[in-house]
Formats: sequence, C-alpha cells, structure tokens
Amino acid sequence: MSEFLDMGGYGAYVWPCFALAVAVLAWNVQAARRLHAGAREQAMRRAATRSGR
Amino acid sequence: MTARTGMLAAAVLAFRRDFLLALRHWGQVAQPLVFFVMVTTLFPLALGPDLAQLREIAAGTLWVAALLASLLGLELLFRADHADGTLEQLLLSGQPLAILALAKGLAHWAVCGLPLVLLAPLVAFSLGVPPGASCAIMLSLGLGTGILSALGAIGSALTLGLRRGSLLLGLLVLPLAMPALIFGARAIDLAVHGDSARGPLLLLSAMLALCVTLAPPAVAAALRISSE
Amino acid sequence: MNWTWLHKLASPPHAYGIAGRLTPWFGWPAGALIVAGLYGGLVLAPPDYQQGDAFRIVYVHAPSAWLSMLVYGTMAVAAAIGLVWRIKLAHAAAAAAAPIGASFTALALATGAIWGKPMWGTWWVWDARLTSELILLFLYAGVMALRASIDDRDRADRAAAVLAIVGIVNLPIIHYSVYWWNTLHQPATLSKLGKPSMAGDMLWPLLVMLLGFTLYFGAVLLVRLRAEILRRERDAGWLRTGLAQ
Repeated sequence: MSEFLDMGGYGAYVWPCFALAVAVLAWNVQAARRLHAGAREQAMRRAATRSGR
Repeated sequence: MTARTGMLAAAVLAFRRDFLLALRHWGQVAQPLVFFVMVTTLFPLALGPDLAQLREIAAGTLWVAALLASLLGLELLFRADHADGTLEQLLLSGQPLAILALAKGLAHWAVCGLPLVLLAPLVAFSLGVPPGASCAIMLSLGLGTGILSALGAIGSALTLGLRRGSLLLGLLVLPLAMPALIFGARAIDLAVHGDSARGPLLLLSAMLALCVTLAPPAVAAALRISSE
Repeated sequence: MNWTWLHKLASPPHAYGIAGRLTPWFGWPAGALIVAGLYGGLVLAPPDYQQGDAFRIVYVHAPSAWLSMLVYGTMAVAAAIGLVWRIKLAHAAAAAAAPIGASFTALALATGAIWGKPMWGTWWVWDARLTSELILLFLYAGVMALRASIDDRDRADRAAAVLAIVGIVNLPIIHYSVYWWNTLHQPATLSKLGKPSMAGDMLWPLLVMLLGFTLYFGAVLLVRLRAEILRRERDAGWLRTGLAQ
C-alpha cells in the first residue's frame, strides 16, 4: 500500500494531479446542479407569483 | 454616399474621410506613436544600457511595444463614429459593410500603423540593432501592424460602446495576435543576427492575406451585432 | 426537406425535457468509465520504463487537454448554428459550454506543469503543448468576459459567437505557430511532454478515460443547458406546467 502511495518516488506529483482532477470533476457537477436548482427555484417562484395574480 | 454609389467609390470615400479626419486630429494619432517610443525606452531603463544585451531582446521589445501601441490606436477606429452616429449611417447606406470596413481599416493602418513602421528602425538603433536589419524590421512590423489592425478591428467592433471596452479589447485581441508576434519577432531577430528573415516574413504575409480576406466580413457582422 | 422536427427539438420546453431525460444516459456511463479508467491507470498499468510511475499523470492530463479542445469546438459549432439559423438554444449551449471548457483547460495546465517538474526539473516550461493550452485559456477567458460585459442577452450571445468562431479559425494557426516557436528554442535534451509510446495495458485505461471524460462533458453540458434554458425563458408560460418534471 505504501508502495502504491509512493508511486516510485513520484507520489508528490502524481497524487496532487489526480486530486486536482477529481476536484475539477466534482466542481463541474456541483456547479451545474447548483445553477440548475437556482434557476428552477427562481422560475417556479416567478410562475407562482404570476399565477397568483 | 447613397445606395446608388458604386462599391469602389464608396470605399474610396470612406477611406478618404477617415484619413483626412485623422490628419486633422493628428495629435490624437500621435499618441500611440509616442507610446511606442516610450515603451521601448522602458527596457533599457529596466535592464541596463548594455547594447549587446539590448540587441538580444530588441526584436521582442519592438514587437511587444508595437502590439501595445496598436491596441491604444484602435480607440480611433470605430468609437468616434459610433458616438456621433456616423456608423449607423454607414450601416444604413446600403453599401456592402465588409468593403467599408476594409476601407476604414486601411485608413486606420495608414494613419496609425505606417508611421510606427517608419519610426521603428530609428527606435531599433537605440537598442543596438545594426542598420542592415532596417528593411526586415519595416517589413515585419508593416505586415504585423496590418494583421493587428485587422484583428483589432474585429475586437473593436465587438466591444463597441461597452464600459471598460478598451480593457476587454486587449484581452480579446492579444491571444489572437500571438502567432503574428511569434513570427514577426523571429523575423527581426534573424535580421539582427545577419541571417535572412525570408521564412517568417513569408508566413507573416500569408497571415496578413488571411486577415484581409476574413476579417472584413467578421467586422461587418460584429458592427451589425453591436449596433442593434 | 421538412425541418419542423428540428425546430420543434430546439424549442425550449422540448429541449428542456429531452436534456433532462438524456442526462443519466451520459452521466452514469461516464462515472463508470472514469472509475474504471482510474483503476486501470493507477493500479493495473505497469510503470513506464522511462518515466516510472510519473507517467500515470497522463491519465488525467491527456483527457483534460482533449476536453479543453473538444469543448471549444463544441462551443464554436453551437455559436455558428446560433448565428446562422438564429436558434436561441444553440447560443444557450455555447454559453453553458464555456466555463466547463475553461475549467478543463486550467486542469490540463496544472497537471501538465506538475508533470513537468519531475521530468524537466522546473515547475513551468514553455513547452509547446502547455503554451498552446495557456493561449486557449485566454481565448476562453475572452469569450466569457465578452458575454459577461454585454447586458443585452441577444447582443451578448451573438458577439460571443463571433468571437468564438474567430477563435476557432485562429486555433490551428496558434497551434502551428507555438509548435514552430518551440522547436526553435527547444534544447535537444528536453523530451516532449507527451504520451510515452504505449501499448496494451497502458493504452486501454487512457482510451477509457478519454471516453469517460467525453460522456461526462455531455452530462454536465446538459445540466447547465437546462439551467440556461430556465434563465432565458423566465416569463414563458410553459414553465408553470413544464417544471413539474
């Protein structure tokens, strides 16, 4: 296991790269979902106020 | 000009108008030129007066300074016309907008780019460049400022009327200008060291040809988009 | 040819619904492929004889570089469709794609730079690929900045579209110039930051990651597109009923 983490001496370079990749992948999903949820909420609110008239 | 004016006549009219207007306000036109000289002066001040060292960086310095000065000069291209309504008139004139854009671009280059090209060898002397390189310098910057005028016209048309448009303009135009910078500076560098600059200059000519054909329609499209 | 089906597809309520139904078909396979690729790349693939285990960075660097280009291309094509056929949905797709592409360009730069350190000894080298990616990042920044600084949505869409198209025309020129520039100044001892010649167990995780990232882009784009549609269709009637989905 420690050999796996060590990555033949290059561990300090390999793992940050993969960590960054996972971070970017996660951010994209999260940001997209957040945007959609926010837009949805706004749209429903506007639809509600308009139909309430 | 009316819708009945021929295309070529309209282009000549547009060129003459812009050219003469610029000559009348030559103080404004001189600003980018002064800026060019000042930027090139910054480098000896920053790095030291050693001519041998300055000669090594001369090509890059000249080109970067020319690039930045061109950006400044782009202010003159559409902003005044946009502000006073002349641009709308051009749009409504019924003339092919791309041709008018080409004419305006050419006038702009004649007023902003050409003086810079003529001044450049003098500035290059101050950086320790041998006189033999003058021809290559003028060709490189001549073609280069033409390319920059074309690319800058697209950027200028897209950012018409925006607040902080000039900042945005730099961001838009500089990446597109990088290939020209690479070859243009290389041409000058070769000449400074006594070699033939033919290769990069030919590539630069090809880029200019591409710009002159493709930029006017893009500028026309951008002007329409920005004016609605 | 009857194009009504295309216009129907491009109508916001339809597009919104279809995008929603398609997303899982992109998302789940993408997730599975990426996990498989990570396992294959980190665990199963043997170390490279030249670069040792450091070469494994290729399994995230190459897919991000690939995505940075694919997304820009997608953005430019969507922009062109929006400009030529005046389909608002296409502009929405272009707007949605830009931040995704920019993030992967940044990732390609970061992983490329980190990979460079053990290979070349410094954190940044003006390598042709890295320099190209940097310029691509500037192009993305330009398109996003232009769109953001124009208040009128239509004008913003169309201006950003023109810029994206100008960018894509320039892209091959930029690539060629940067590579040429790099060969001029490249000392002979520096090896190219590239995929080591790969075979078999090294190659398949890379292909899996490339496909996984591509499908992943599809999924994220669809979600962002739905958000864009909602924002642009603010006051449309279909929202009341359509949002039940």
